[in-house]
Parts: sequence; C-alpha cells; structure tokens
Amino acid sequence: MAISDVKEYTHLTEDEVDQIGRELDALRAEIEESRGDADAAYINRIITIQRRLAVAGRITLFASRWKPAWIAGTAMLGVAKILENMEIGHNVMHGQWDWMNDPEIHSSTWEWDTAQPAEQWKHSHNYIHHQFTNVLGHDNDIGYGILRMAREQKWHPANLGQPVYNGLLATLFQWGVALHDLDLDAIRKREKDPKVLAKQLGQIKRKISRQIGKDYIFFPLLTAATGPANVVPTMTANMTANLARNVWAYAIIFCGHFPDGALHFTEEELEDETRAEWYLRQMLGSANFEGGKVLHVMSGQLGYQIEHHLFPDLPSNRYAQMSQRVRALTAKYDIPYTTGPLHRQYGQVLRTIMKLSLPNRFTSTDQHVQPGQDQQVARGRRSAAERPTRSTQTGGWSARSQS
Amino acid sequence: MTVIDRLSWARNAGARLTTPLHPDDYLSLVNPLWTARELRGRIEKVVPETEDAATVVIRPGWGWRYDHKPGQYVGIGIQVEGKFHWRSYSVSSPPRRDGHTLAITVRAMPEGFLSQHLVDGLQPGTIVRLALPAGEFVLPEPPPARMLMLVGGSGITPVMSMLRTLDRRGTMPDVVVHYSSTSAERMIFRDEVCDLAERHDTLALHRLHTDTDGILDLADLDRIVPDWRERDTWACGPAPMLDAVVEHWEAAGLEESLHLERFSLKLEGDGGEGGTLRFQNSGKEIEVDGATTVLEAGEQAGVGMPYGCRMGICHTCTVTLVSGTVRDLRNGEEHDDSFDRVQTCVTVPVGDCTLAI
Repeated sequence: MAISDVKEYTHLTEDEVDQIGRELDALRAEIEESRGDADAAYINRIITIQRRLAVAGRITLFASRWKPAWIAGTAMLGVAKILENMEIGHNVMHGQWDWMNDPEIHSSTWEWDTAQPAEQWKHSHNYIHHQFTNVLGHDNDIGYGILRMAREQKWHPANLGQPVYNGLLATLFQWGVALHDLDLDAIRKREKDPKVLAKQLGQIKRKISRQIGKDYIFFPLLTAATGPANVVPTMTANMTANLARNVWAYAIIFCGHFPDGALHFTEEELEDETRAEWYLRQMLGSANFEGGKVLHVMSGQLGYQIEHHLFPDLPSNRYAQMSQRVRALTAKYDIPYTTGPLHRQYGQVLRTIMKLSLPNRFTSTDQHVQPGQDQQVARGRRSAAERPTRSTQTGGWSARSQS
Repeated sequence: MTVIDRLSWARNAGARLTTPLHPDDYLSLVNPLWTARELRGRIEKVVPETEDAATVVIRPGWGWRYDHKPGQYVGIGIQVEGKFHWRSYSVSSPPRRDGHTLAITVRAMPEGFLSQHLVDGLQPGTIVRLALPAGEFVLPEPPPARMLMLVGGSGITPVMSMLRTLDRRGTMPDVVVHYSSTSAERMIFRDEVCDLAERHDTLALHRLHTDTDGILDLADLDRIVPDWRERDTWACGPAPMLDAVVEHWEAAGLEESLHLERFSLKLEGDGGEGGTLRFQNSGKEIEVDGATTVLEAGEQAGVGMPYGCRMGICHTCTVTLVSGTVRDLRNGEEHDDSFDRVQTCVTVPVGDCTLAI
C-alpha cells in the first residue's frame, strides 16, 4: 500500500494537482507578505517566558531536598526544556524566524539544549526528513532505524522486541537523535567517510560533555551552597526534566507521521516529482492532532504537522491560521486530511508498533489498502549520492560535516 | 580594556551553566543592555533639529567602546515591522571616555523609510542594535593648524563631532566652515554652529542658502577662502557636490590634502576575477563578474541573503565560505580557508566559490 504516484492515488488530474500547488504557493506568499511586528513579538515573548521559567526552575532547585521545591523546580525546568526544544529550537533551526534579520534568533547560529549538535540536526531533519518525508528507504525518521513502522518494510526476528525498543527510544530520545545523522547503517557497511565520521563524533562529544556537565555536575554541585542534601535531588530533578522532554518530544513526533491515515511512499514517487506533487506527498504523509492553544505551543505547533510539512520555514504561530485554508483545500479536492485527538493518534501509533513487531501475515492493516501496491522494500538507508538534490523550502543546513 | 573583557573568565565559567546559551542571554532578561552578544543601545531621546532632522541620543549596552574618533559613523539596526534594517550615520556627539550616550543626527529622506522612522517614529526606550564606529573621515591627532570644512546639508554631522571636540578641548585651530543648506530653517545645528563661530575668533563661518543664492561655485573659493590651497580640507555632503570638489582639488594637484565622506561605500580596487557562485543550501547558482559582491550575487540568484549596513561594518551579512576564494574589496585581502566567515557585502568571488546558505 505504499504509494508510488500521488497523482494516481488521489485520482486527481494533472491540472488539479497543479492548481493545488498554485493555491498553496499563494498561501505561502500571503503569509510571507504579512509577517510583521506581531510575529516578531510572539517568538521574543516565547523565548523570554522559556528563559524565565528555566531560571526560576533552577533557582527553586536550590531547595530541592524539600519535596515541594523539587516538584515545582522540576516542573518549571521540564516545561522550559520542552518549549526550548519544540517551539523555539526546532522552529528557529528551520529558518522560520530568519526573515527578522536578527542574528540572535537565526537558523545559522542557533544551538539547542539537547545532545544532538544543531548542524547535524539541520541535515538529518531539514533535508533528509523534510524533503523525503515518508519515502521508504529515504526518510530515516520512519522508525528511526530502530522500529518497523510500515508494512512494506521487511520483517526481521529482531522486530519482536519492538515494544521494548519503543520504550527505550521514548526515554532516551535525545541520545537516539544525537546519533541519528551519523548513519549507523553506513558505518556498519564501512561506507562512511572516516574523516566525516571523526568530525561528527567530535561535535557530538563536545556537545554531550557540555550538556552532561550542566545538568549532572555543575548545577547539582552549585546547589550544595544551600546544603549538601540538595545535590542528589537536583541531579534527579534535572534527569526527570530531561526525561519528560524526551518522552514528550518522542510522542509528538511519532504522532506526526505514524497514526493511521499518514501514508508511506516508494522511491518511484520521487522520480520527476513536481513541486505540487511534493506538496501532495507532504499532506498525505503527515497527521495533525487537535488540542488547545497551550498544547499546540508545548508541541511547537506540530499539532499542525501537515501545515508544518507544507511550509517548514514559515513562522509556527501562523500554522493555526493556515490550517483552516489547507483543510478547506483538501475538502475541495477530496484529499485526506488526517487529524484527531492526541490520545487517539498516539494510540494508533502504539498499535502499529505492536502489530508490526510480528510478520504481516499475523496482523491486518489499519490503512486504507490500495490493491496491487503491497510491495516489499529493502531495509537500510540511501547514501548521499543516491539522493536527489535538495529543495529550498525545508530550512537550511550547513554541510560543514558532510563535505 | 573594558570591564567586560576583564571578566571574560567569569563569563566562560558562566557559560558552562547556561550552555548552549550565553550568560548574556539571561542577563539581558534583567536589563536589555546587559549583553555583549550583539551590540545594543537604548533610545534615550529624539531631539528635533529642524522640521525634517533630529538628533537621536542612544545609550549603548555592554561591549560598546566610547573611543570613536570625531567624524566616524556607527551602524544602527532598527526593527521595523519585525525585521532589522541597518543604516550608518555619523556620530555627532564628541567622544568622551566617561560618556554614557552617543548621538547621531539624521535627516528624513523622502524615499528613506528608515530615516523617516528614526526622525518621526522612534520612541524613547526602544532597543536598537549597534555596530562599532568606523570610517577614515576623522580629525587627525594633533589637528592641523589650518582647516577648511566644506559642508552640504546633513553632511554637517561628522563635522559637528569634530568642531565639538575642538571646542571642548579649548584648542580651536584656524578653521573655516563653509556650510551650504537649502534654507536657514533646514540648516541642522544652525544655532550651535553660529554660537561656536562667535565664541572662537579662529573659527570663521560662511553660510550659503542655496534656495535663494544658488549652489557654491568652487571658482569662488579664491574669493571666499583665499588660502584654501594651504588648508587641509574635509568635505561632506551630497554626491554631486563631492564629485565637483574632487575634480577641483585634483585640478589644483591637491588631492593629498582632501578628506571625503560619501555616506555610501565606494569600493576600491579592481575587484576579483568573478566566477560561478554556488549557494549550497538553497541549491542556487549564478555566474558573476569580479565587481559584483557576493551579497548582490546571492540576491540576484534569489537566495534569502541576510544583510545589514551593506558597507562592511555590521557583520549581519556574514556567511560561511565552503570552498573557493573571495576578495575583500576594502583592502584586497583574500579569504580562501574553508569555513571562513566572510562579509558578503564587501567581498567578490575570485574564481568559483561555494557558500553555506
């Protein structure tokens, strides 16, 4: 049921596909044109709130041996880390705020509070994931190379452990992401350039040592100033905040592409794919979730995953507004628009993880099946040389570690 | 060395706690001026000078050095409709090591939306970005014994900084100021310049109102300032005036004693050799000659290039060079190290180059 041609799958004519492309281009131009003071004020306000929360949380932990302070401090720090990761880091690094011409809030200089160096993330995410979204063998975010997330992916006995791997991925998410751009597959096959590998490992090592130093050494030791009994509780508080951020980020990201209704594609789709077809693939391959304003801010507006995938570098605070137009467009052309409450979306993800731990013959699909498209796809990733050239709208990345 | 420099060890230690951010990112929450990551300033007041010109008084934040030379300009970045726009303006206040503010004087240009905004729309308390003083149009140390200032319109601002410095020191040499303005009302610093001329016997002021009296014919200099050939001359004003001045001084073989401020960058040298510029992240390419800056080339190719002052002072336009060589038009210096950060507004390609944007 992986799709090899979006046009055929959606039963749209070439003209209709082009028309969808034009309408989305017009929406993009409209948003670009109307970016202004209110948008700049939004990101500056979120950054200020996030930094104040982080400071308040860290200060509160100076009394962390006292349980209520531990709880309050951990909660504030956890929320700050989630905001920093989702609404700020992810979106700034996509270049959503580059238009402000502010070097302090710019994709080329931003570094985030997680183990993966920004530069490597921009490559693995902005380029690989956003350009090749849900294309089997190209998009390494399909199961992160650990989980089997599509029925077209060949089953292996190791997949039996999926429920366990899933739990580990959720709790250790930032460490998994840190290794994501290394391409363990290529390293195993000895295809990775050792110079590039050494450079990337160096970056990761430096980043991790600073991250661990901050959360598990310097801050805990500093809280000894108000009593040595604070040191260990501060350490556990920081660990809990990081854990909460990991699990939350994992859950939001998995709800973006793996609920029922979000489709996968074969690499035939990439051949001669037009810009309009790319738009279509983004809409078919992504899933939104519903919720209040706070939920959307806490998830970096990824509840509007479809809009984010259509316009990765437009300001996130506009996705809600854009979603109304995108939804109307999908209704007009009778294209699926996958959405639902967060718990239902994640429930479907979990069910798929469980089912796909077994070979296909033991389970039934939850997707709308297209006859004659049940082909099997080899495991593994494509190398850089096998990929088409990048498109311009997914956000930048510096090839410092790739060249 | 500033206090900030001396405290760098403490800041580095602090950065272990604030990583991946800088301690200044948190300190600026308390006071927006407590950061040296990007130079900042707060607008203290906007003083009207004429109906279309105003002096903007700015209190700079951390990292600022008050040792600008009289006559230099600074870059100022203002957020308008969410976006930072950069321009350069001459500092009109004299340098003071104990100073806490600096002043720039701006005339609202009909088409210049930023200068309009500076004169009419800027509220005290606004935070702006700053770039350190630059420029060669300065008062030498010690000042020459005899000087001539040829001023047209808002070209008075750098000259004012020089005159105020000389006045404050109480050592006014023999200075002739020839100040052209369309009318008396539009003459920026009119009262102050007249007052200086009254208080200093060695300062002679010639005012010319070009709406009624026509523009200065340089042939008249022999009559107005008979000894102009023996004077070091500073000229600042509109481009046609400066072109005429250059021609006149060259004809007299005196270009050595002439100092100019053009308010726009005139790039020297014959540029690079040109070549194909590749913009790696956006996948765009363009072939350009050796006179087109990397910034202009990127804009022509449709790449969203960051830019600021467009004259090499604010560093907003800096981009990483992946491969190839670029030449700095200001000094001919070449950058060919991969991963050098280059200022795209003042560099041209020497052969094929690739940039990380």
